[in-house]
Amino acid sequence: MRITCPNCGERDRREFYYQGDAVALARPASDAGPQAWDDYLHNRENPAGDTQDLWFHEAGCGAWIVVSRNTVTHAIDSTTLAATVKR
Amino acid sequence: MTEVVLERLVLVSPYIGQAKWASAALKEQIGLGLSAPGRAISNRRARVIWAGQRSWLVAAEVKLEGLAAVTDQSDAWASLRIEGAGVEDVLARLVPIDLRASTFKGGHTARTMLAHMNVAITRVGAQAFEVMAMRSMAGTLVHDLQAAAAQVTARG
Repeated sequence: MRITCPNCGERDRREFYYQGDAVALARPASDAGPQAWDDYLHNRENPAGDTQDLWFHEAGCGAWIVVSRNTVTHAIDSTTLAATVKR
Repeated sequence: MTEVVLERLVLVSPYIGQAKWASAALKEQIGLGLSAPGRAISNRRARVIWAGQRSWLVAAEVKLEGLAAVTDQSDAWASLRIEGAGVEDVLARLVPIDLRASTFKGGHTARTMLAHMNVAITRVGAQAFEVMAMRSMAGTLVHDLQAAAAQVTARG
């Protein structure tokens, strides 16, 4: 498996650390209520298909990367720097 | 294989939105701005090596108050120069990226792994590279490079 880092180009999977669903970038407002916070903290989709993850380029440039990939075909559609994702 | 002594080495991390101004200030002070990702630049006075997401290693004394976080890392890195005819073959045994001259040209730099160590590798000549690792890993770095070189030599 190879992941294209927006800074470094295509790199081996061993340089990356997997964090989990990119939902971490969609933090609810502090007054969003317990349901929204419960979802944000604990509930995750388990899709057979397209998903978005956060990966950390740990042994490379140290950037957090949003990886759009397909859990069925293992194809990676796109990668973007988490720093450039609008919040 | 020779040690590269970087008397003064600082990590420059521009504050958000300040990279342009930090680069301009740097250019005024040392004659070099911030290099593009994956690139290292130098002049007689200083060197600027891209070191990762929004960070650069600068071998010079700089003042960037209000523009960037500047951290003294003079003693944090061990740096060595490795050169010779088989240098690409030696590094190919340890580094997962393609360092051949066709893709990794002069002035290119990469944060990657060497064996299991996090390193910064810069091409400094047709048959020469500079490898920077955490200082605590200096002994391992030398050992791994020597072992790989011996294996390349043994293959003839």
